[in-house]
Amino acid sequence: MEKLVRETTVEIKNAEGLHMRPAMQFVDTANRFECDIIVSNGQTNADGKSIMQMSMLAATCGTRLHLRAEGPEAEQALEALRELVEVRTFGEPPP
Amino acid sequence: MRFDEFVCYEATIPELQATDRDGAITELVAALVSAGKISGESAKDVAKAVIKRENEASTGMGKGVAVPHVKHAAVKHVIAAVGQSSGGIDFASLDEQPVYSVILLISPVNNPDKHLQAMENVFRHLQKEKFRKFLRQCHTPAELEDLLKEADENPSW
Repeated sequence: MEKLVRETTVEIKNAEGLHMRPAMQFVDTANRFECDIIVSNGQTNADGKSIMQMSMLAATCGTRLHLRAEGPEAEQALEALRELVEVRTFGEPPP
Repeated sequence: MRFDEFVCYEATIPELQATDRDGAITELVAALVSAGKISGESAKDVAKAVIKRENEASTGMGKGVAVPHVKHAAVKHVIAAVGQSSGGIDFASLDEQPVYSVILLISPVNNPDKHLQAMENVFRHLQKEKFRKFLRQCHTPAELEDLLKEADENPSW
């Protein structure tokens, strides 16, 4: 069976950016889904399920991150992550 | 952001006296006070804030390292102290294993981007098994300084 692949771009909108707590929320959300998730800031690729790797993205407010999900739940995973990053903005205020 | 730009080499402790998390944090904050990076008056409050943050969610990321941190008005620039414990410290880490290397990071309240850039550097290196191993093998402040400077010079290693 062919692997399901979905891609999208999200923008960090909370003032403090993707610091450790939001990064943990991201990883927790990513881990709920059966798929691999690769997050890229254009320079660095990080495993979206690893807090150590996600902390390497230095994603400040306004940074656009490219998400690539591979696996049966790729679509649901990206929708949940987009909601977390852009709609709920990790429960943090904008600038 | 390079280690050179935020690590205080006068605040590195190759063997922490403390054997518990809060003790290690307090010891590293005290090292920053001795190094003149934060005032003696604010030390207590800084340590308290770091511990409060740590209680909300452990910064023990697994693989024997922890990066306790807080944003605090006591500093104008990001500043870090580094401590090691050969016996290991319980940080309630994600992998439930003891922590041997502690990097304490204090960031100013009004510059979230600098905080993220310092974190990026810390995790890019901590990620590598070789770096974690070398870090644990440092037994003097001079060795720690050499290692971090070498990491700055060879970002890809």
